[in-house]
Amino acid sequence: MSAALLDVQNLRVTFPTRTGVVEAVRGVSFSLGRERLGIVGESGSGKSQTGRAILGLTPSPGRVEAERLEFDGRPLLSASRAEWQRLRGGRISMVMQDPKYSLNPVMPIGKQIVEAYRTHVSATRKEAEQQGLRMLESVQIRDPRRVFQAYAHELSGGMGQRAMLAMMLITNPDLLIADEPTSALDVTVQLQVLGVLDQLVSERGMGLIFISHDLRLVSSFCDRVLVMYAGKVVETLEASRLHEAQHPYTQGLLNCLPQIEGSARPLPTLQREASWTQ
Amino acid sequence: MTNAYLEVERLTVTFGSGPEAFRAVQDLDLSVEAGESFGLVGESGSGKSTVLRAICGLTPPPTGTLRIEGRPLPEPRSSQFYRTVQMVFQDPYGSLHPRHTVDRTLAEPLAIHQMDRREERIEQALREVGLDESFRFRYPHQLSGGQRQRIAIARALILEPRVLLLDEPTSALDASIQAEVLNLLDRLRSERGLTYLLVSHDLAVVSHMCDRLLVMQHGRGVEQLDRETLQQKTPVQQYTRELLVASEGFRR
Repeated sequence: MSAALLDVQNLRVTFPTRTGVVEAVRGVSFSLGRERLGIVGESGSGKSQTGRAILGLTPSPGRVEAERLEFDGRPLLSASRAEWQRLRGGRISMVMQDPKYSLNPVMPIGKQIVEAYRTHVSATRKEAEQQGLRMLESVQIRDPRRVFQAYAHELSGGMGQRAMLAMMLITNPDLLIADEPTSALDVTVQLQVLGVLDQLVSERGMGLIFISHDLRLVSSFCDRVLVMYAGKVVETLEASRLHEAQHPYTQGLLNCLPQIEGSARPLPTLQREASWTQ
Repeated sequence: MTNAYLEVERLTVTFGSGPEAFRAVQDLDLSVEAGESFGLVGESGSGKSTVLRAICGLTPPPTGTLRIEGRPLPEPRSSQFYRTVQMVFQDPYGSLHPRHTVDRTLAEPLAIHQMDRREERIEQALREVGLDESFRFRYPHQLSGGQRQRIAIARALILEPRVLLLDEPTSALDASIQAEVLNLLDRLRSERGLTYLLVSHDLAVVSHMCDRLLVMQHGRGVEQLDRETLQQKTPVQQYTRELLVASEGFRR
């Protein structure tokens, strides 16, 4: 890995509330090359807020602070609206959990893809349509013309998520942030979508941040895994060395999952310790 | 199997009529013994939740036969039926009334069924699901997902049913909370001799919780197998094998 694609130092996300300031992310640091990084944690661990902060999508009145937040050498915190416009969907893309909510319900899929493409690349409508159809083919949609004309409600979950991937990857971004991209899908469909994602990421040499609650899934898919708890990274692991996890939280998360081959009865539960949050 | 407790024979559930008709469940057979935990597994749209809803009388009247202890279920379901069979739903955010306190949520089934010792029963129900007195006058929004699911289980158990129908009881919960709720269900079953019919898409959960299971696809039963067959990963049907492979995670 040469220079880092993304450099995050001491990222903090806070939300003021009536009862005081809630710290959703408390000092997360990592750097990402053209690799697959997994961020794993339970609900409320700050994993999604980390992903959103990188894209400048922290909902107001949340505040983002960091010693350094740089994408390809450019500081993101001071980026203007115009710069964000170029970056988002152009060089950094994001796929969210449920295609039902992230696709426009009243615009055909093809039109949305063409719109995404022409926002970032100067092309005629015809060229953009051609490109869009090719992209739908590359996410293994068998009948790209039908999907191109279809509305979101006419597609299944797996199909919608593939269309979403096509839309996010058509501008050939350098970094893709995927926030629980397959959690709303059935297991067999989940594997197909991951297969497509795997192929496109390796073909195009993208960086990928894969955010998920599923430790096993993430470690089977990524090179490196950050485990988050209460807004902090408690452990960074090579995905292949998951079983060598040191932190009690990571171990606890692994052990409390039942296994098909049989598991302890009662299942070991996670004993949370106050020291983990310090 | 002689002492079948809950029997389902040639169950067919149809939504709509004419050309719009959709068969969610078709010719399904299963039987659950008293005290057994039986799993229904399948992907979305396979009809597994519809089976539970049909038993509870929450679908258009199905065809086929449903029996408990050899007696056909009354149509509509009697209040005695709901004393015997209770259901726990998937989403603890949607299944509790947002403006009722825990106390009121638990008191309602007691009032409907005119049960005595209400105070005592509510206190006991809370204790059994591992929540202390302080939860009694809270609203659902003051509870975490796991605590809400415990309340939903307490509400089902407060009528002292024999059968619990569990529709994906842990799939909306974090892994560590899932373990706690599964342990709770396990303990309650052995303490009270309950019979479970559990729906899940997660083969690991079913393998942990159920003695036998039925795999469903497109509204039909594909294969019935016991826990050992599942654990040794030796099912007969292709579809069951595919599900097993898929649940092992991603392979490059």
